[in-house]
Amino acid sequence: MWTWFYKLASPPAVFRTAGRLAPWFLGAAALAIAYGTVDGLAFAPPDYQQGDAFRIVYVHAPSAWLSLFAYVSMALAGGIALVWRIKVGHAVAAAAAPIGASFTVLALVTGSLWGRPMWGTYWAWDPRLTSELILLFLYAGVMSLRGAFEEAARGDRAAALLAVVGVVNVPIIHYSVQWWNSLHQGATVAKIGKPAMAPSMLWPLLAMLLGFMLFYGGVLCMRLRGEVLSRERQAAWVRELMQARSER
Amino acid sequence: MSRVGAFAALRLVVVRELKLAFRRPDQLLQPLVFFLMVTTLFPLGLNLRLSLLREIGPGVLWVAALLASMLSLDALFRNDAEDGTLEQLALSGHGLTVIVVAKTLAHWLVSGAALVLVSPLVATALAIPVEAFPVMAASLTLGSLALSWLGAIGAGLTVGAKRGNVLLSLIVLPLAMPLLIFGAAAIDRVIGGGDASGPLYLLAALCTFATTLAPFAAAAALRITLE
Repeated sequence: MWTWFYKLASPPAVFRTAGRLAPWFLGAAALAIAYGTVDGLAFAPPDYQQGDAFRIVYVHAPSAWLSLFAYVSMALAGGIALVWRIKVGHAVAAAAAPIGASFTVLALVTGSLWGRPMWGTYWAWDPRLTSELILLFLYAGVMSLRGAFEEAARGDRAAALLAVVGVVNVPIIHYSVQWWNSLHQGATVAKIGKPAMAPSMLWPLLAMLLGFMLFYGGVLCMRLRGEVLSRERQAAWVRELMQARSER
Repeated sequence: MSRVGAFAALRLVVVRELKLAFRRPDQLLQPLVFFLMVTTLFPLGLNLRLSLLREIGPGVLWVAALLASMLSLDALFRNDAEDGTLEQLALSGHGLTVIVVAKTLAHWLVSGAALVLVSPLVATALAIPVEAFPVMAASLTLGSLALSWLGAIGAGLTVGAKRGNVLLSLIVLPLAMPLLIFGAAAIDRVIGGGDASGPLYLLAALCTFATTLAPFAAAAALRITLE
């Protein structure tokens, strides 16, 4: 019953599927981000308190969300690889980690750029900023643990376990706002019912969020192809593929 | 194979670990001396004012305790893994989880509990009032126990790595930050005349959480390394 799944999770199949999916993800991401950027920067009304400075939210909030999303997806892929011994899961986790870390850096940088005009400082020891920084440290730990072993497979499994353990930190990040009495503004999008944001501001934000997710998917596919190739470099199908490429 | 119950095995491993620890007293004392030394650095590095010291005291105490605990963590599994004892223990017929619990508890007794015993000395130097000592001891006890469990996961993951110690701190410290926050907050509250029970309860919750789940995670980590 599960044969189709194992066939789909075999490295050559993953390599091909990821190659086929990547352009669609990236194309759709370009559309959504283009709409979000133009509408968010040019047409959405300025905030009545923050003026035009609020517009950085169109980059900041999606990257903060993606930094968490990428971490959870990395841990999920690693957990699946650990439990069911599906090697491709480790490749997905290894491909996701640097992307997630980059989103974390982007969220930190845009947050501090926004903090300069709003709080008067580039860095405040605000709990949410701090947890984002801790998330970056977690990424650093996972990535360096993967490379710390003579045997690559051992590093993969160790990093996957650490990622799963680190997921404990994700809810702590989420609830840190309530726990540590923050000066960061509360969540405005996730309120169920009436959102605290005007629809003219909200639509471009949602478009950017969707665009960032699609961008993540596309880049993940491309990095996954690279991971699979380098992990399978001894395999016959890679050699055949490379020969076919060079003859063409 | 001799028939030994899980609790008897736990006791045997704890006794063995303690015996080994007390045969190398220098390794036992070094983290404690480090703890004292780091807390000395702060008054020397900062402009010494008693009021300032009183404000930063709880945080300094906790940071120093965290760093001192990091020093001894690397030895938790490494010596036994290198001379093959760990594999023998794993083959003993008792689950790796039992071995992990025993080794971690023994490690906590000679590191975390020892830090708690030395802490009044450090606290006096940091101008933490005597009335705050019970809360400080409670926060350090709960926090260092939770830290030992987190450290067991980290030590299990890095025991087979090429370069262990820095990596171990890199992995464990981010996970330990909530402990630092609540631990320091508890002492801070009681110095300010407030009620420290809130942060202490949260610390106790984190400690319980770590105690119940971390042994399994650490055993899984060791299994990855031993395989």
